[in-house]
Amino acid sequence: MTSQEALVNYTLRLGDTSLILAQRLSEWTGHGPFLEEDLALTNIALDIFGRAKALLEYAAKVEGKGRTEDDIAFFRSDREYFNALITEQPNGDYAKTIIRQALIDCFDLAFYTELAKSKDETLAGIAAKSIKEITYHKRHSFSWVNRFGNGTEESFNRLQKGLNEIWPFAGELFEMNEVDALLIKEGVAVDLSTLKANWEKEINQLLAKANLVAPEGTYVQTGSRKGLHGEHLSYILAEMQSLPRMHPTAKW
Amino acid sequence: MGVVNFEDLFEAKLAKNDIIEPKDWMPDNYRKHLIRQISQHAHSEIVGMLPEGNWITRAPSLRAKLVLLAKVQDEGGHGLYLYTAAESLGTSRDEMLDALLTGKAKYSSIFNYPTLTWADVGAVGWLVDGAAIMNQVMLQRTSYGPYARAMVRICKEESFHQRQGYELMTHLAFGTPAQKEMAQDALNRWWYPTLMMFGPPDIESPNSENALKWRIKRETNDELRQRFVNQTMPQIEYLGLVVPDKNLKWNEAKKGYDFSEPDWTEFKAVIKGNGPCNKERLASRNKSHSEGAWVREAAAAYAKKQNENYQAA
Repeated sequence: MTSQEALVNYTLRLGDTSLILAQRLSEWTGHGPFLEEDLALTNIALDIFGRAKALLEYAAKVEGKGRTEDDIAFFRSDREYFNALITEQPNGDYAKTIIRQALIDCFDLAFYTELAKSKDETLAGIAAKSIKEITYHKRHSFSWVNRFGNGTEESFNRLQKGLNEIWPFAGELFEMNEVDALLIKEGVAVDLSTLKANWEKEINQLLAKANLVAPEGTYVQTGSRKGLHGEHLSYILAEMQSLPRMHPTAKW
Repeated sequence: MGVVNFEDLFEAKLAKNDIIEPKDWMPDNYRKHLIRQISQHAHSEIVGMLPEGNWITRAPSLRAKLVLLAKVQDEGGHGLYLYTAAESLGTSRDEMLDALLTGKAKYSSIFNYPTLTWADVGAVGWLVDGAAIMNQVMLQRTSYGPYARAMVRICKEESFHQRQGYELMTHLAFGTPAQKEMAQDALNRWWYPTLMMFGPPDIESPNSENALKWRIKRETNDELRQRFVNQTMPQIEYLGLVVPDKNLKWNEAKKGYDFSEPDWTEFKAVIKGNGPCNKERLASRNKSHSEGAWVREAAAAYAKKQNENYQAA
């Protein structure tokens, strides 16, 4: 694997993870539990789509085959997508969406803070811009986890159920392969093993504050680094890609 | 010194083009008219999120996705300011939402039509927002202060949406034959419903008289409709599209277009709840509201506990 191939794959991983998460979040637009939350979640989706666009643009540029970010987003199949499995999980109820978001935000804030120091200037620039946004996203998701955990019996039960469902997909965020190894050496990628202890500490504190218990001994689901996904992703892509694929020569 | 007559003072303010503020005395009918109009306007923004929201997950480029999502978010924001403006007249968000969800309150009938293709997203931005702006520009100078101020911000954003909608239509109209056909089909379906947005002909408009007298409204339905057609025709010609009206032609004498009236029977049917999507739109709002009930209850319960802890400390 060349450095260039590694960088394309790494950037796709980040771009796809952002794109699929934002796609899921945007399913809430117009359907939120009340107007202010509808707007807040849409705003978060917008930030993450913006990041996805910047990352996929960069992936296309590094790849150097004349593709655009839209070619990359709309003309790859699920086996060519590298988004983390946690992002493609269905939204479920608002508690599940929120706990998924909290686990990701906690990872993302630490991750992009480190990536902002990358020797790759484009990735560092995108990361630097994202830090402020993710800080707000994390404040939002963490405060709702706390509110649901300490709100009503129903909100607590829904939150615990959501956590049980989403938890097996969180561990994959820290998985590394030869792409990471190569790019860490070059000072481009973030060594994910250095983020894990702090993520666990912060998440344990959050769960404790919300009276939640993390499921014990859950097997970690993985596969996305190799383009192996669950059954949900091909449906997400079928919907998202339908129009460009029906009119492959069209400009929008 | 004589007894002050509040009604005379109110009339005098209107005559001087002064702004009425929430704490000022106002006649009951004026208050009721405004609550009805502003809350209907807010509901229209909220229900209007649905037909366009229908295409968010299928927007055909990343840029188009960002633009559409931001637009739908703006509509929600407009709903929020307008609910707040209506609350300043002594109603509550819960009361207004209840009226919407039970089908008592009206919202703009245009949103009871479906968005069948991506071109409809363009047509809604270009034509529907364009028509809305015609109505709303005059509301920036409406007599009630909080409404007028909300409209200043809303108009700015709506003009932006209209330009984005037109831009989307230009991509289609100058795109592939299939894209152009999509654009023409959208124009065919949205033309008459858009003309209906200005309301019934002046001779049949029940709410217009007071609205004009109170300077809530400043031009009549027919005047606005005519202006909309005059303004939109050159845009349609530029796109190379054809208006679905054989009677439409320039009238040199009136320096405006002659055009066919929309089908007012259909207009009345849609208002009465028989449009293609009335039931779906209301069902969708009700579903989100009822599925969100536990979220709102949890937030309230948490706030109450926080408050008790604060008091105890």
